[in-house]
Amino acid sequence: MPRVAILKFPGTNCDEDVHHVLRNVIGIESSIVWYKDFVLKDWDAIIIPGGFSYGDWLRAGAIAARTNAVEELGNARSSGVPVLGICNGFQILVEAGLLPGALLLNESSKFVCRWVRTRVENPKGPWLSLVSDGQTLDMPIAHAEGRYYIDNESYSVLVKTSPIIRYLPGFNLNGSLYDIAGIATEDGMILGLMPHPERASEDFLAPRGFKTGGRIIFESIAHSLKRGW
Amino acid sequence: MSTHLIEVIITNKKGVRDPEGETIHKHLILRRGYSMVSRVRTGKYLLLEVNAENAEEAVKIVKELCEKLRIYNPVVHDIELRVHA
Repeated sequence: MPRVAILKFPGTNCDEDVHHVLRNVIGIESSIVWYKDFVLKDWDAIIIPGGFSYGDWLRAGAIAARTNAVEELGNARSSGVPVLGICNGFQILVEAGLLPGALLLNESSKFVCRWVRTRVENPKGPWLSLVSDGQTLDMPIAHAEGRYYIDNESYSVLVKTSPIIRYLPGFNLNGSLYDIAGIATEDGMILGLMPHPERASEDFLAPRGFKTGGRIIFESIAHSLKRGW
Repeated sequence: MSTHLIEVIITNKKGVRDPEGETIHKHLILRRGYSMVSRVRTGKYLLLEVNAENAEEAVKIVKELCEKLRIYNPVVHDIELRVHA
């Protein structure tokens, strides 16, 4: 049975939600792992959940990105372990340089908590294995520092090679460049996104007019770990 | 009249704890072995472009507006004004 680590830092607060979805909705084994106890080789996949690691001091994700646990994730690429960063987890991956670009303060300078509609382009890799190209996924966002920034040169590479999750028109509430809500490495092994798939995995949590777009990401990893991708 | 760049640096007063600075110090700098760093204080930086007769007058204007508009909170903050080089 594959095992998923849910990496917890001081200030992480979505770990229980992710744990609940993996265990009770998807039926896959997972554990919440304190960052000091994290050993890469013990796990088949790693999720960095949302929250406010180290109080968002300096920049959101900047301090967690310099812990041994996250530096070890740099080795996850070579050892073929899938990594997912949700919200603050995405911020950590970007700060660690495992994903390109940066996440800046929202254009409104305010914390935004709303359901949004996104579309997946060029799905690849273990986290998007069940997602079809152009599929829309509804999920809520909840962040103050989610305005994705990338320089033109890096973007022109990214758009040709990597999976991209974009906010659909009217749902780019933070001012992200190119409406980017999430990105992955070229092989899709490392995925980061600002919306919260764990809050969009059960029907009773979706407001009227929205579907549970997050569940397919967890279904994908469960499927991928059993059957490959 | 000419344009002067005036910097405003706002920090917590000596006796007021600065959790952001403490976190950066303890969890980032010391953890990564820079034990020669004994303290970190954070603050806020503003750069104001001021039309004034000279730099001295520009500083005076900025000092006044910082106090009048409560750009900083004198109960807990110190400010430092500098002419931008």
